[in-house]
Amino acid sequence: MKIAISSTGDEIESLADQRFGRAKGFIIYDLETGDYKYNDNLQNLESSQGAGIQAAQNVVNENVEAVITGHCGPKAFKVLSAAGVKIYTGAEGTINELIEKFKNNELRQAENADVEGHWV
Amino acid sequence: MKIAIASGKGGTGKSTIAVNLAYYLSEYKDKKISLLDCDVEEPNCHIFLKPEIINREKIFLSIPDIDNEKCTGCGKCVEICRFNSLALVKNKIMVFPELCHSCGGCWLVCPEKAISKAQREVGELIDGKSYSLNLTYGKTRIAEPMSPPLINAVKKWGKDFDIQIIDCPPGTSCPMIAGIEGTDYVILVTEPTPFGLYDLKLAVEVVRKLGFKFGIVINKSSHNDHLIENYAKSEDIDLLAKLQDNRSIAKVYSKGEVILEKLPEYKELFKNLYEGISSN
Repeated sequence: MKIAISSTGDEIESLADQRFGRAKGFIIYDLETGDYKYNDNLQNLESSQGAGIQAAQNVVNENVEAVITGHCGPKAFKVLSAAGVKIYTGAEGTINELIEKFKNNELRQAENADVEGHWV
Repeated sequence: MKIAIASGKGGTGKSTIAVNLAYYLSEYKDKKISLLDCDVEEPNCHIFLKPEIINREKIFLSIPDIDNEKCTGCGKCVEICRFNSLALVKNKIMVFPELCHSCGGCWLVCPEKAISKAQREVGELIDGKSYSLNLTYGKTRIAEPMSPPLINAVKKWGKDFDIQIIDCPPGTSCPMIAGIEGTDYVILVTEPTPFGLYDLKLAVEVVRKLGFKFGIVINKSSHNDHLIENYAKSEDIDLLAKLQDNRSIAKVYSKGEVILEKLPEYKELFKNLYEGISSN
């Protein structure tokens, strides 16, 4: 099972990014093997609109089953939910801390978007 | 001739200048004059002109409608969409219509012809007559983020008039550019304040980059005019006119009346403004 965590950097010790659509990047972590990679999110940082949708599309394309992030808006939430990806908001701390919390079931799964969209 | 009235900053007096310039020109009986209020999120010209409404038309934007029977989930439409209004999830396309700019890319690239055009209402076009001029304006649907299609519809409505005065939305982004596009001259209305100057500079950057002829009008002209004058001089930009910040104008304005109708002594100013533009 793979998970995606919005990240401010490309290291496993990097801090989680509070933003989803306009996160600096994503750490894609494989829970079985412990392997991870970093995908930068530059394209969406610079896009004028729909960053959440596109970021969601990108993590869905990575076949992750869960996303851990600070906040998630309604459009990203819609895409992730349609793909059956579980969303955990309120992420604080480093990526490896969050992975541990996830493994120990200490993260709260979001049932709704927790912030407003930025467009309409 | 198409004359756009624009500004960087809001509230500088675009509509005041647009309404009175159109009113002044309407006294030339041999020309058909149309004022096109393209500030479609907050149109105001009709408040001054109180037109008799002749036409109302809903304006729509084409958005993609996916036929799930034909769609194979190839994702080509998602790939071409620069506005992130499509996503491909579990082999199905999700559409976020409020983000669609109706560029048409998706229905062109779809190899299965699975995308047809659905319509989304963006607002209403309202057209009427006032004095001896025509006024057309747009009103966006509440919460509508996409104003350029409505702006374009308003401009198209005025295309057969000899002189078209286009009152543009403030700012320097898509709606403003949709307003000035295709015009022969852009009047940038500013006020002599640091805010007016700052936003004027942004607007000048836009019109220069796009290659428009343009000049500046100072509204609410005061002892601070040097702020704008020095800038115009250093950049070699025409200063077309100055409309004073005085109580008699403010009174007429605050009653929603046309300045030139109540204070005809200002006709000379609009005459000079128009001549300054048409000699360009």
